[in-house]
Amino acid sequence: MTAWFDVGLALMALGLAWRAIATRRAFDSTVAFVIYGLVLTIAWVRLGAYDVALTEAAVGSGLTGALLLGAAHRLERAPADEDRPSAPLRALLAVACAGVALGLGAVVLALPQVEPLQAVAAASAAEATGLLNPVNNVLMAFRAIDTVLEKMVLFAALVGVWSLAPDAAWGRRPGRRFPPAAEGPLTLFARVLPPVGVLIAAHLLWVGADAPGGAFQGATILAAMILLVRLAGLADAPPVSSRALRLLIVLGPAAFLGVGMAGVVLAGAPFAYPAAHAKAIILVVEFAMLVSVAATLALLVVGPPERAQAAP
Amino acid sequence: MILDVAAVFGLAGAGAVGLGLFGMLANPRPLQKVLAFNLMGSGAFLMFGAVARRAAAPGLGPDPVPHAMVITGLVVSFAATALIVGLLLRLHAVSGSTSLKPQPGPRRAARSTPASKTSERGDAA
Repeated sequence: MTAWFDVGLALMALGLAWRAIATRRAFDSTVAFVIYGLVLTIAWVRLGAYDVALTEAAVGSGLTGALLLGAAHRLERAPADEDRPSAPLRALLAVACAGVALGLGAVVLALPQVEPLQAVAAASAAEATGLLNPVNNVLMAFRAIDTVLEKMVLFAALVGVWSLAPDAAWGRRPGRRFPPAAEGPLTLFARVLPPVGVLIAAHLLWVGADAPGGAFQGATILAAMILLVRLAGLADAPPVSSRALRLLIVLGPAAFLGVGMAGVVLAGAPFAYPAAHAKAIILVVEFAMLVSVAATLALLVVGPPERAQAAP
Repeated sequence: MILDVAAVFGLAGAGAVGLGLFGMLANPRPLQKVLAFNLMGSGAFLMFGAVARRAAAPGLGPDPVPHAMVITGLVVSFAATALIVGLLLRLHAVSGSTSLKPQPGPRRAARSTPASKTSERGDAA
């Protein structure tokens, strides 16, 4: 019974994936991709990866979907480049790609049932941090250097996106100005949802220590609230030259890196935490990351400054 | 042969990689190429999830290390997508087209003449 549920879910995901690549309009492709992401979220739950499921729904499907929908809308009138590969070439590509998929599938079926080394190691080392969520332990303690580098990647991506601004718009507010919407559902949601969103984000961060959740998932919800308020025209993003905004973006990575380096003195190794205060330190770092990552994610969706004249 | 959860979604991941690869190679539109590339990435993540499930310890759940790496990977792939979409929108703003073909059309003209400044302003206004 459950096996059939999984098979149905997998087929649904593949059908949506096919629709996402086979549709001509970028808008329809993106919609299929977002639904695919939501189906995948259930697949991650079935695989027992609850933290990944939350991230997939929030980042993989939600934010990526918002980004692609915005781009699809702006490129809708772009002259379509109908230079598709010829039919024989496409058939050849299809055969080659099917070969890749079949090869990977054979590898999946040939996977051995391995000894659960890392799961056991992570569980037995959990007292070192006081966190009960094994995934968060890996993210914040055992492989913290990966997480720091990922923050740097987010930061570098934002620098890259901002550097795409035309000269005339540099230093101004990023993205387009959305005029304040007339009173309606969007305005209502943009006023009612953010307080709830802030609560949920804080809750996800707090329970992330012991249960599925964490700084990323909370940050994505905060980012969604920022985008919602902006979309309804209730507030605009600050100028990219704003010192406060830049400090906010650097706060999280700087705190994580600083605490990690302090570990050399306090606990004898980089990214080691003194055992007595490990959980408190991790929570402080996670809170700093929450605000920085939320701002960075939202600004990545908003895009570079592009308004040459100051908004009235 | 018994298909367990790991095998079912591992196979789905392999299928998504194949579909994404095909979409990236066969679709001429850059935005849909980006989308297909994301599809490919998510297929790879799903296969990694199947590996984590295979290494599950009784009473402890799946291997947390691949899960943490997939979470990191999802955020990084979003950052990369945001950067490439930014590049694409800028290309469109400068050249009026999203074609990746080297063409002697508006793109070169826009880059070499002072007309590019005005077209940027026109787009931004």
